[in-house]
Amino acid sequence: MPAFTPPPLPSDDKRWKIVNGTMRKNGFARHALIETLHTVQSSFGYLDDDSIRFVAQSLRVPLSQAYGVVTFYHYFSLKPPGKHTLTICAGTACYIKGADKLIAAAEQKLGIPQGQTTSDGKISLMMARCVGACSRAPVGLCDGEVAGEMSGEQMLEQLERWAVE
Amino acid sequence: MTIEELEQIAKSVSQENEKYDFEVNVCMDLACASQGAEKLREALVKATEASGKNVLIRRTGCMGPCSSGPLVRVDPDDILYHHVNAKHAEAIANSLGEKPVPELQCDLNDHFDKQVRVVLENAGYIDPEKIDDYIARDGYKALLTALTEMTPNGVIHRVTESGLRGRGGGGYPTGLKWGTVAKAGGDIKYVVCNGDEGDPGAFMDRSVMEGDPHRVVEGMALAAYAVGASKGFIYVRAEYPVAVARLTTALREARRRGLLGNNICNTPFNFDVEIRLGAGAFVCGEETALLASIEGKRGTPKPRPPYPAVSGLWGKPTLINNVETYANIAPIIRNGGKWFANMGSERSKGTKVFALTGKITHTGLVEVPMGIKLREIIEVIGGGVPGGHTFKAVQTGGPSGGCIPAEMLDLGVSYDALMKVGSIMGSGGMIVMDDTSCMVNVARFFIEFCMTESCGKCIPCRAGTAQMHTLLTRICSGSGTMEELDLLVQLCATIKETSLCGLGMTAPNPVLSTLKYFKNEYIEHIVHKRCPAGVCNLQAPVPNAPVEVLA
Repeated sequence: MPAFTPPPLPSDDKRWKIVNGTMRKNGFARHALIETLHTVQSSFGYLDDDSIRFVAQSLRVPLSQAYGVVTFYHYFSLKPPGKHTLTICAGTACYIKGADKLIAAAEQKLGIPQGQTTSDGKISLMMARCVGACSRAPVGLCDGEVAGEMSGEQMLEQLERWAVE
Repeated sequence: MTIEELEQIAKSVSQENEKYDFEVNVCMDLACASQGAEKLREALVKATEASGKNVLIRRTGCMGPCSSGPLVRVDPDDILYHHVNAKHAEAIANSLGEKPVPELQCDLNDHFDKQVRVVLENAGYIDPEKIDDYIARDGYKALLTALTEMTPNGVIHRVTESGLRGRGGGGYPTGLKWGTVAKAGGDIKYVVCNGDEGDPGAFMDRSVMEGDPHRVVEGMALAAYAVGASKGFIYVRAEYPVAVARLTTALREARRRGLLGNNICNTPFNFDVEIRLGAGAFVCGEETALLASIEGKRGTPKPRPPYPAVSGLWGKPTLINNVETYANIAPIIRNGGKWFANMGSERSKGTKVFALTGKITHTGLVEVPMGIKLREIIEVIGGGVPGGHTFKAVQTGGPSGGCIPAEMLDLGVSYDALMKVGSIMGSGGMIVMDDTSCMVNVARFFIEFCMTESCGKCIPCRAGTAQMHTLLTRICSGSGTMEELDLLVQLCATIKETSLCGLGMTAPNPVLSTLKYFKNEYIEHIVHKRCPAGVCNLQAPVPNAPVEVLA
């Protein structure tokens, strides 16, 4: 059997080298699929068809299995994120302290349901399953930055600031 | 690395620390960090330099009472300051060696007096990124002692003697599990640490991984020695980037010091650990699903037996324990099984860390001996319900647990007692609810969680949770009927008995426990179209037709 040669990088974008690095570190083993997808998402922001195809071929994983993994785990996204992301934690402690009202208010303000990005690509509204800052519930993440005891006004102000940027 | 070298490091750290007249410890855990702890630390460095005093500023893991954050503790006087920000740095620097700053001092004696710290003994005292800090507090002593003076069976015997039970929620005796893996045949075995803290509303494991990562690594190494494994995996949620970073640093440092790798302490024992990232799936806390995820597959559970102890990761015998279980191992080996067994209640030994959150004055991490009354945790340690509201229920065990009402607060916390009242110990989330929380709505929240987190492999869980969610939504929006309530109870029984894994089997628990203790709230919603807590909108438009679920 001829030795396996990984497929060429999809483009000369430097980020593919980072992705390839993760796979090489794991010896191109099949079990590195999730690790590699994490690297793709942290480098590119999301997973598109090309990247899934590239990773699947490189690791010799059936495309169906790679796509299955991408869609199974909530952390992976198939859509590019907006310029800014507001994530509202919807863990139990946050829920008890009114996270559902925050989500409803943000949805109304932005005119999109959670999980979507505004049509101008500026703001994504996401929901998280507990970020582990339960003692400061309700928690919001503004571009990944934890903001504890978030009030409705604070959240709307932040959205306003992003909208006029 | 030998024990003598270890002691040498410990000695040099304490000599180094003695050069300083004061130690200022700044809590850098998520809750404090989100309120500007880093800025505060920088300001403290500047202010103490300007004051010309000989001060060591240390960044530490979670000190516990997060609601009072950012927290600063000044040693050797053991003064705790709360709600500190960068503006206070100068006042603190000037107060060193003089009178403490009165307006920042907090009286949390009630909060701390009833606590016993085993797992969290180092949190707040060491810099989690410095291995020497950990070694100075007896770190890795247990590992090296075990490697040189104890047999693998001796280690298992000591863990069995301690009576330690799995801290992930199941409560399976740890020594028994280790014994099974040790007896399993084959050259290749694995140890896995379950750091996929999926329970929404709990953060004990995150704090342990971030605040004292070496303790987890040491526990895993001891487990590997006991069962005969040479490779370990820590499975951490991707939502915990700081924990991943701290563990990565810890592993690198441990390798550098020769505490991981080949021929540890000049013995034939080899061990190394890899980190695996989760990707946001609650079901991956279930052991067979977690193993599938480590193998790079979808996290769907498998029927047991075979148990992972016999056939786990890549078909090899695998030991899986929770972060907190591993964190208990080093002190047990160091101090003996009897020492541990002396704490706690008849069948639940030792201590348990709880993440106290919700409608309670002092939110944060607490560690209490098993058997302590719920009332003591909530009213004394937690400081009770704030804002003049009355306590209604406490939720333990997350989506797999239940709500415990006020009349049962004198219950002692143990695996069996919580199980008996329809909840579970769980991993340690403890969410307090007051009279503004609607129990039907809470039950609906948990079922919605289980519905979206169901992996879809078995029908009772996939279709059943969706139907339960529909029924609960109808009740919450005022269009439920008493017949539907009966249907809900029937569904609970079916899902409980026929689901494949723990997620499905325990999914009905929040509904069953609220029905048991708060049935009047369900009836108020159905018969009188009224939500006693004023949470539900009973005039909301509702889907009349049941949701179609492909079974």
